[in-house]
Amino acid sequence: MSTKNLLDFEKPLEELQEQLEKAIQIGSKGKVNTEKLIKELERKIEATKKELYANLSPWEKVQVSRHPERPYTLQYIEAITEGQFIQQFGDRQVKDDKAMVGGFGKVDGRTIMFIGQQKGVNTKMRQYRNFGMANPEGYRKALRLMKLAEKFGKPVVSLIDTPGAYPGLEAEERGQGEAIARNLFEMARLRVPVLCIIIGEGASGGALGIGIGDRILMLENTWYSVISPESCSSILWRNWDNKEKAAEALKLTARDMLRLKLIDGIIKEPAGGAHRNREKMFKVLKTEILKQLNDLTGTDPSELVRQRIGKFCSMGVYSEKE
Amino acid sequence: MSWFKRIKGGITTSTKEKKETPEGLWYRCGKCKKMISTTEHAEALYVCAHCDYHERIGSREYFGILFDDEPTEINASLLAGDPLGFVDTKSYADRLVNSRKKTGLNDSIRTAYGKVDGHDLMVACMDFTFIGGSMGAVMGEKIARAIDHCIENRLPLLIISKSGGARMMEAAFSLMQMAKVSAKLTLLSDAGIPYVSLMTDPTTGGVTASFAMLGDFNIAEPGALIGFAGPRVVKETIKKDLPKGFQTSEFLLEHGFLDFIIHRKELKSRLSLLLELMKG
Ligand SMILES: [Zn+2]
Repeated sequence: MSTKNLLDFEKPLEELQEQLEKAIQIGSKGKVNTEKLIKELERKIEATKKELYANLSPWEKVQVSRHPERPYTLQYIEAITEGQFIQQFGDRQVKDDKAMVGGFGKVDGRTIMFIGQQKGVNTKMRQYRNFGMANPEGYRKALRLMKLAEKFGKPVVSLIDTPGAYPGLEAEERGQGEAIARNLFEMARLRVPVLCIIIGEGASGGALGIGIGDRILMLENTWYSVISPESCSSILWRNWDNKEKAAEALKLTARDMLRLKLIDGIIKEPAGGAHRNREKMFKVLKTEILKQLNDLTGTDPSELVRQRIGKFCSMGVYSEKE
Repeated sequence: MSWFKRIKGGITTSTKEKKETPEGLWYRCGKCKKMISTTEHAEALYVCAHCDYHERIGSREYFGILFDDEPTEINASLLAGDPLGFVDTKSYADRLVNSRKKTGLNDSIRTAYGKVDGHDLMVACMDFTFIGGSMGAVMGEKIARAIDHCIENRLPLLIISKSGGARMMEAAFSLMQMAKVSAKLTLLSDAGIPYVSLMTDPTTGGVTASFAMLGDFNIAEPGALIGFAGPRVVKETIKKDLPKGFQTSEFLLEHGFLDFIIHRKELKSRLSLLLELMKG
């Protein structure tokens, strides 16, 4: 494990890791037996990781959800399908949106339509992927693929990871609002099972635009809300300094969202976050997807749609005065 | 000018609060800054006589303009909860109390049905004066119930949007109202009941990215700001000045997202023609 890309709150890990690296180096020279020390340090690191990650503040979780080494949509799909995946491009109208990906894949003998926002893995790719911010074409591509899944009776798995729909000039010209709205409408009545999983950032309409499903799950260290903590701070507090407070107030963590009954479940991440043990994370996600799809399969499509609509219609807190 | 006679009764009953203000009141146009007497301005349906600017008006005024008689309001007593105990520089609970006191409204939308030139119509109309017309659980539930009523009674639906978008103080609950109303609209659509979405100044954010754009007929008042991202955000993103007329009704019409633009003076007559066309 590298010491780069450690988040601020992970500082206690840094020193332990340096010690560990030193011990390994000395051990490799063969003069001193450091085996016991290495074991001890590894145990300490695991324990520290667990402790740190068990008590993350909402803002710290937001940071983990954006960790540059976190797995992104295509990496999950490739791993889960073991390469039995064919990516499809284009919305058939304007262009191909690199911030939104999708295609059929096979998981344990079962064909699934995967869609999701895609972030870039390095500076160049981040730009290429527009930082995971889709344009209207992206939402329309996703809808095209979902309708294809419906046509062939295949379930849809939507992997959500976006800092928002792109607020650009062309996006407005080509109807960003309409594109998202159309997806909400069509996803609500899609006659196949739809499973939505927040794997990183779930920011606002950009996330919801591929987020209407029979089950909504969040990975443990992700966030989902109507606005990012930074933007919320700048609008409500009129400065950027209250992002921690905003993160707290928005109740955007998986635990909060489950408590508020706005999602259906939380998928546990390996100790120290998804990025520290990708292989394990892939395995956990695959198991969860198969479990959920097994639960949903067999339900009559009309009943599935009825329940899906009912689920979203029950969301909201209000009272009725006499 | 038959439209004028029809709405005149509506106006005098619908602007009670204006009577309490000092005599000889003048309205200063928000666009051209010229003065018009408030009576004349009201008679012109709050459209500037000099520059045609459509002043922002609320549910009371729209109900007065549209309905033949006093409509029947439904679910008027729904009140917002505060599920997150949200506090920023003020508490949400206090904001709600203040807004209710200031506006005399319970929340940012009212739903009512009645006759429009004899045609039945359900109207859900937003009030921008109530926390910027923001969308919280009350807005979602009121529209959802209005849709239920429309399906049960086979009434066409008109939603008049005027909103800055999500109500941040309800966070994810607010976001989910987009899903809720959009999902409900599939049922209205299945029932073959027409839905007209009228976008007025401003219609942005989550309202645009959900039900406002889902009308069988998407229409707008002239010169309204309509968009997903606000112009300030777009400007910051592209780091350039925005082209003239960007995100106006006319811009949306040109780009294919509106069926037509409707002057407020013609709103009732065109709408009633539309309802007539849907009948035959
Ligand atoms: Zn004027």
